[in-house]
Amino acid sequence: MSASTRDGPVMAWRRRNPVLGFIMAQPLGAAGLVVILVMAAAAIFANVVAPYDPEAIDFLAMLSPPSMEHPLGADAFGRDILTRIIYGARTALTIGFLSSFLGCTIGGLLGVTSAYFGGRVDLILQRFVDIVLSFPIIVLALVVVAVVGHRPIMGIDLNLIAAISIPIMPRAARVIRSAALAVRAMPYVDAARAGGYTHSHIILRHMAPNVLAPYLILLTAYIAQAILLEASLSFLGLGVSEPKPAWGLMLSGDSSNFYQEAPWMILFPGLAISLAVFAFNLFGDSLRDWLDPKFRT
Amino acid sequence: MLAYAARRIALMIPTLLGVALITFFMLRVVPGDIVEVKMRSDGGYVTQELLASERARLGLDRPLVTQFGDWMQGLVTLDLGTSMWTGRPVAEEIGVRIGLTVQVALMAAVIAVLIAVPLGTISALFRDTWIDYVARIFTIAGLAVPSFWLGMLIILGLLTVFHWSPPVTYTPFFESPLKNISQLIWPALAVGYRYAAVVARMVRSSIIEVMKEDYIRTARAKGVFERMVVARHAMRNALLPAITVIGLEFAFLIGGLVVTEQVFNLNGIGRLFVEAVSRSDFILVQALVMLLAVVFVSMNLIVDMLYGVLDPRVRHG
Repeated sequence: MSASTRDGPVMAWRRRNPVLGFIMAQPLGAAGLVVILVMAAAAIFANVVAPYDPEAIDFLAMLSPPSMEHPLGADAFGRDILTRIIYGARTALTIGFLSSFLGCTIGGLLGVTSAYFGGRVDLILQRFVDIVLSFPIIVLALVVVAVVGHRPIMGIDLNLIAAISIPIMPRAARVIRSAALAVRAMPYVDAARAGGYTHSHIILRHMAPNVLAPYLILLTAYIAQAILLEASLSFLGLGVSEPKPAWGLMLSGDSSNFYQEAPWMILFPGLAISLAVFAFNLFGDSLRDWLDPKFRT
Repeated sequence: MLAYAARRIALMIPTLLGVALITFFMLRVVPGDIVEVKMRSDGGYVTQELLASERARLGLDRPLVTQFGDWMQGLVTLDLGTSMWTGRPVAEEIGVRIGLTVQVALMAAVIAVLIAVPLGTISALFRDTWIDYVARIFTIAGLAVPSFWLGMLIILGLLTVFHWSPPVTYTPFFESPLKNISQLIWPALAVGYRYAAVVARMVRSSIIEVMKEDYIRTARAKGVFERMVVARHAMRNALLPAITVIGLEFAFLIGGLVVTEQVFNLNGIGRLFVEAVSRSDFILVQALVMLLAVVFVSMNLIVDMLYGVLDPRVRHG
């Protein structure tokens, strides 16, 4: 079949150079990765790349359309939109990555633990997961916001990271558990138990490394979800708060009063959100196909 | 079938009880409560006595277990308590808004299915041609575009072309169905896009799977027209997994509405929820969470029951 002839050279590349192999097998995923890397670079070097100070108010530039001075226009305070989008990438990627990382790591460990012990522990944990899964993601996130408040804790958006990572946990736990069940049946786990290792040693050293592939897939997929969720919460006024630049926040409040006068205030931040989520989805899907051919659709 | 339904309904109770427990205690682990939010928001100095008396009035000074017991008792008798902020019964606050949310959600679901099923099918049948690529770009974009931004783009478009903007109050359906639908179709489209994308992806992959089955080859070998093979043999089987997604995504659609209602000035459940959260109105928050959990668990049940009706292989004895 055509698949095998295509797989031949790809497999060879995969062995020789995994990065090039990935680009050849998954061109769309590679494109997603490029977008992610560009955004990450812009976020890290925001103070070098961005033409203005993100919080600098300039009443002369108020609502000015895209021009040479302000490539994407300026908002109701005359703040440069391109600058705020670049700094917004910093907010989105930091919160997106940290939330997804925390959610997938804690959820993943719960999943591995659940699979390792099996029996009653598994039953209780999975019932708990079932219950938490009956909250839609944004609803649970809002409940957490109601608990921890919508003000940053000690200057960091820890409240927001908690609100986003908690709904991710049960979802990650469910997926990682099913992967870990297969690992649990491996002879080396029994060997480790016979060798007298502690439960935590077996879970962390023997089982967790073997569910790394689904973990990485989840981590990427949930960064996309987390960015979307951060934007939604910020849009509702329950996430990042002014004057800190965040894409969702740029779409809330003032921008909706200027639909006709300044449509650029609405267009560009939304494009930024969509592009980031799109890139992570594309990369995540390709990573899944690349790491786990079983799931290929 | 009936026995199965009864057993499933009985199994909903522990799940809902779990949701109630988690929500109730989560909302109360943190010290800052509504009384402080409400009284301190004026900026004035509030004495401890005043705070205490307000807590007593709202029943917040009683032991948590008693409060939980009362709440449970209320839920069973459909008495959801009184909003801590507006002082009106929660049932009333929900009652005046739920119609709007349900209508938009149903419209979005109908739009989504009408788009997704043909799109997913065509995409699968023309797999790896430009038709498929266009369809897939449309669906992948649907997962990336935030519904509230799509809503804003729709408003922007309508403003520019028709000088239409979201009305301050919406016309009730029974007053003027046409006017009502022409107002609500836009928020329904905004939240329905993502829904359509998710369902279309599912339809596509399950049609691709089904087309590989032996009975499709048999049907073709018998000389059945290709159109018939797709409509009778493939679609009917492929739509089963799609029904699961349609059902489960419905609950998430309501989640999407939480944000999108804000864009369209819709005074629905989502908006109420956001207001309740930002005012720490715990009584209202917990009632709304229970409502959404009931919707979700019921959707699960309906999907499973439908499966039994549509697929004789999984008929529940």
